[in-house]
Amino acid sequence: MAEEMRIVLRNYGKIDPLKIEDYIAQGGYKALEKARSMSQQDLIAEVKISNLRGRGGAGFNCGQKWSFAYGAKSDVKYVVCNADEGEPGTYKDRLIMENDPQALLEGMSICAYAIGAKQGYIYCRGEYPQVIDILDKAIEQATAKGVLGDFNIEVRSGAGAYVCGEETALIESIEGSRGEPRFKPPYPPSQGLWGKPTIVNNVETFANLPAILENGADWYASIGVASYPGTKVFTLTGDINNRTFFEVPTNTTIRELIYKFGGGIPAGKKFKAVQIGGTSGAFIPESQLDTPVAFDNMSAIGATLGSGAVFVLDETRDIVDVAARIAGFFEHESCGKCAPCREGTARIAEIMENINDGFGDLSDLALLKKLGRVMSVSCLCGLGQAAPAPVITTIEHFLADYQAKIL
Amino acid sequence: MINLTIDGINVSVPEGSTILQAAREVGIYLPTLCWHPDQAVKANCRVCVCKVEGNRLLQAGCSTPVTEGMVVKTKTPQVIEARRTILELILSNHPQDCLNCIRNQNCELQDLANEYMIRDNPFELKVRGYDLDRSTPSIVRDQDKCILCRRCIDACSVTQSVFALGVEGRGVDSMVVPTMGLPLMESPCVLCGQCIHACPVGAIYENEQIDEFLAAVADPDKIVVTQIAPAIRLAIGEEVGMNTGELPMEVFVTGLRQVGFDHVLHTNFTADLTILEEGNELLTRLKEGGTLPMFTSCSPGWINFCETFYPDLLDNLSTCKSPQQMFGALVKTYWAEKMGVDPAKIYSVSIMPCTAKKYEASRPEMNSSGYQDVDLVLTTREIGRLFRMSGMDFNQLPPSDFDSWMGKYTGAAVIFGATGGVMEAALRTVYEVVTEQELKDVNFTGVRGMEGIKEAAVDLNGTEVKVAIAHGLSNARKLMDQVRDGASPYHFIEIMACPGGCVGGGGQPITKANKKRAERIEAIYVEDEGMPIRKSHENPEVKIIYDEFLHEPLGHKSHELLHTHYHAKNKKYL
Amino acid sequence: MDYKEIIASYADKPGGIIEAFHAVQSQLSYLPREVIAEAAQVFKIPVSEAYGVASFYSMFSIEARGKNIIRICESAPCHVAGAAEVVQALERELGIFMGESTADGLFALEFTECVGQCQSTPVITVNGEPYLDVNAATIPQILAKYR
Repeated sequence: MAEEMRIVLRNYGKIDPLKIEDYIAQGGYKALEKARSMSQQDLIAEVKISNLRGRGGAGFNCGQKWSFAYGAKSDVKYVVCNADEGEPGTYKDRLIMENDPQALLEGMSICAYAIGAKQGYIYCRGEYPQVIDILDKAIEQATAKGVLGDFNIEVRSGAGAYVCGEETALIESIEGSRGEPRFKPPYPPSQGLWGKPTIVNNVETFANLPAILENGADWYASIGVASYPGTKVFTLTGDINNRTFFEVPTNTTIRELIYKFGGGIPAGKKFKAVQIGGTSGAFIPESQLDTPVAFDNMSAIGATLGSGAVFVLDETRDIVDVAARIAGFFEHESCGKCAPCREGTARIAEIMENINDGFGDLSDLALLKKLGRVMSVSCLCGLGQAAPAPVITTIEHFLADYQAKIL
Repeated sequence: MINLTIDGINVSVPEGSTILQAAREVGIYLPTLCWHPDQAVKANCRVCVCKVEGNRLLQAGCSTPVTEGMVVKTKTPQVIEARRTILELILSNHPQDCLNCIRNQNCELQDLANEYMIRDNPFELKVRGYDLDRSTPSIVRDQDKCILCRRCIDACSVTQSVFALGVEGRGVDSMVVPTMGLPLMESPCVLCGQCIHACPVGAIYENEQIDEFLAAVADPDKIVVTQIAPAIRLAIGEEVGMNTGELPMEVFVTGLRQVGFDHVLHTNFTADLTILEEGNELLTRLKEGGTLPMFTSCSPGWINFCETFYPDLLDNLSTCKSPQQMFGALVKTYWAEKMGVDPAKIYSVSIMPCTAKKYEASRPEMNSSGYQDVDLVLTTREIGRLFRMSGMDFNQLPPSDFDSWMGKYTGAAVIFGATGGVMEAALRTVYEVVTEQELKDVNFTGVRGMEGIKEAAVDLNGTEVKVAIAHGLSNARKLMDQVRDGASPYHFIEIMACPGGCVGGGGQPITKANKKRAERIEAIYVEDEGMPIRKSHENPEVKIIYDEFLHEPLGHKSHELLHTHYHAKNKKYL
Repeated sequence: MDYKEIIASYADKPGGIIEAFHAVQSQLSYLPREVIAEAAQVFKIPVSEAYGVASFYSMFSIEARGKNIIRICESAPCHVAGAAEVVQALERELGIFMGESTADGLFALEFTECVGQCQSTPVITVNGEPYLDVNAATIPQILAKYR
């Protein structure tokens, strides 16, 4: 039976985030010291052994990614923190940055040492101006204290574009351009920010590193599910009694999240569906609730761990209406660069609006499925690839709801 | 070398090749829309996606490098469904007026719709509903037809460094627009028309003026005279099913008479004249310490560029009008006199490989004849349409000659159409004028070819004259910045706005690759080679016009009719 | 500071045009064309590119709008929590529709997608400051702060 376990949120509520002395008193920056005493190769090996995988949604092995950037030959390399957190239902990174910003800075510094970077950027979404303030102050204090060494960190602001959560679009944005993703290869660890080797990792990913260095890779690798160890911060929204956050080991099941930690559905209603991972996640029915939340386990049921958003809907919810709203989200957020996403998200939104307003017919469902099949494999980036998922999974698991609106 | 299989066929290609390139090696042509042979890969249309074993996602052929042992499938049901759906999506947001569209039968989207047999589009047709941008005399934009491939932006930014086009907005509301979303005329656009060549569909095209021409032909009071630019003949054949360079000049002349021109004359005549005027202007500047380097002035796209981006260097420009405008001034004065016709009745039409010339003809100062010197400019493409409408078989038409007084020309005039041609023509004359010796070998091969910037040095009786040639405005900019910095080593610079020179002009048959420009250039030098006279000053009709009318190069009459001034364009946003 | 000074202060930041736009917008509440042109010059990019950047991001507006920008989150969690009622309440209070600005130039009403305060849905922001657990009753006192 899983219990809450705070690694990235271990200092939450225990320190004044704007007092670096508090962080240091809790053992802060000892991990960075230790990292710097190791060789870069050993450090990267340690991170690989921990099997820390990206916490932003892509789930790539962190140490593996770092080793590509380490191996790339360049005078200049960059460490970039993806703090764009645009995924609806998600605010875990805000929690980390507002309550323990130094953990993020320390994690970035560990990465910088590992790959040989002297400059780092935190790309923080423009909707978090208060967080940007906190980060600026934290960097000021860390710099004054001298703990960052020769590693410089600068905060850059987003300006309202969900697509900038995609690493190459994020890089374009830091470069002062439209946030349009690049085709890959080349990948950022070999050619990223201003063409230089760049590591882009999520806030939560970086925040795990101090604990991993302190307690050892084996310790981390033994927590939760072996293929995706450690903890994950989940933020619960929608029809849930405890509309708050929890950090739990990755072997926690969805059912546990909703009923044990979440306190179940309010007002005695029945559970209908949960969307995990963010607004492009699959809608999961009751039958799949015993799946552990780890990355690969979720993939196996056609779902995603994603950002860790947990959006619960009770039996009274009009799931077609929710899916239609989400389709509107993707139409709004598509960057417009590639044809299948630009046109496809607009078409999905249009068809869903028709269905939702009662003007749809069965051929619309076939058309939506076709768009899902095509977009999920041919769009330039993850936004277009994942956009159809909420619609497709709700058609799959809640066909009756659609039929009710059509017939 | 990397070894892979594509649709079961083994292929071996150099490392760094893309799937698209590898496929072509074995005769498999992936469909493309945003890909362009002379531009950076964009990978935004996604039409070229293929299945690569081991990848869940389909991979774009144009951007994916091949790897050892890669297994590529280009025709699986999944791939075909993806391509057709993407085409359906694009087509459903595109006006379905192929029958009326200027790019009917020469449109890459139409070709793919055909190839992929898009019959019943399941997506409801939605047209964006923009107004046409008709703000310039040369180029029309139809945003409803834009498929957002961004090839035009690449041409305008990377090739031409004008940056008059960009993307506005996001998602399905994004659109290619001129600077600041303003009408094209208010943007830095220099009207070179390279965007037209880049566009795969009918979203951007020349201002078609066929109706005006037909009205003039139908008017019994009008004497319709034409001048043909040097870059036309070799390319017009491409418009009527012949190969580059295949259509003989005399047959072309017959064709022009057939579609309604009363008199057929040649811009090459005034090209030769330009050499006399400009060559002497250069010599004067060299002798008297005038503003150097001197720039050529026959490319109106280049003039627009200079007036827009380098107004501080307008004094460097030759004051010579372009051959088109010299012709216009002379046809309603000299020629009218020689022919004994009332200049008020002359309707002067020029046939140009150029879109900027439509603007040039309308410049208010181009009226030294007392009338608008050039009444109408038709592009090669427009003449091509007239020819096709008249249903003539150019393999069967009999030849005919040019009309007199302004129809004879030399090889030096012919080469004006190629980058380096004006320079070479000028050198052929200047050499003989300065050294007073015969130029035995007229071929200055050092100034020829597709290299972006070329330079040469010529010894004129002990004086070394350094020249440079640039084509494509990004290359021009490099030379201009050098001049602006006071660091230019040259005395004379030829600049052509369009890559390849006029053979690649905005009004030429839609040119999909630089390879075609190079082919047309070859045809030009072949034509030059075959000319009996190859130096401008030996043109007998040029001798006559000086004897009888102009009296001397840079003389009073020349200044009145053949020279001009420029002014800063002061575009609001650059 | 006038807008030219503001933009100039970001000149040394590579790619800093987005920072510069935010800074100018916090004073002018939108990005006039002159600002875009100035930024293009300072960051040495063509105006067409600077315009492309200004028109891409949701937080930037190239058209004038009210001084205090009210953004209502319409993402799925806020949607199910009753964002529609908040929209109606605000439209009623201010006498304008979504996407419009009040005649006195004091307020602009816009939609936003998720602002990351999903523990307290529905959420609105005013000039970037979040207001949580919003409903029709709490709207008037929120607006009063800005009148």
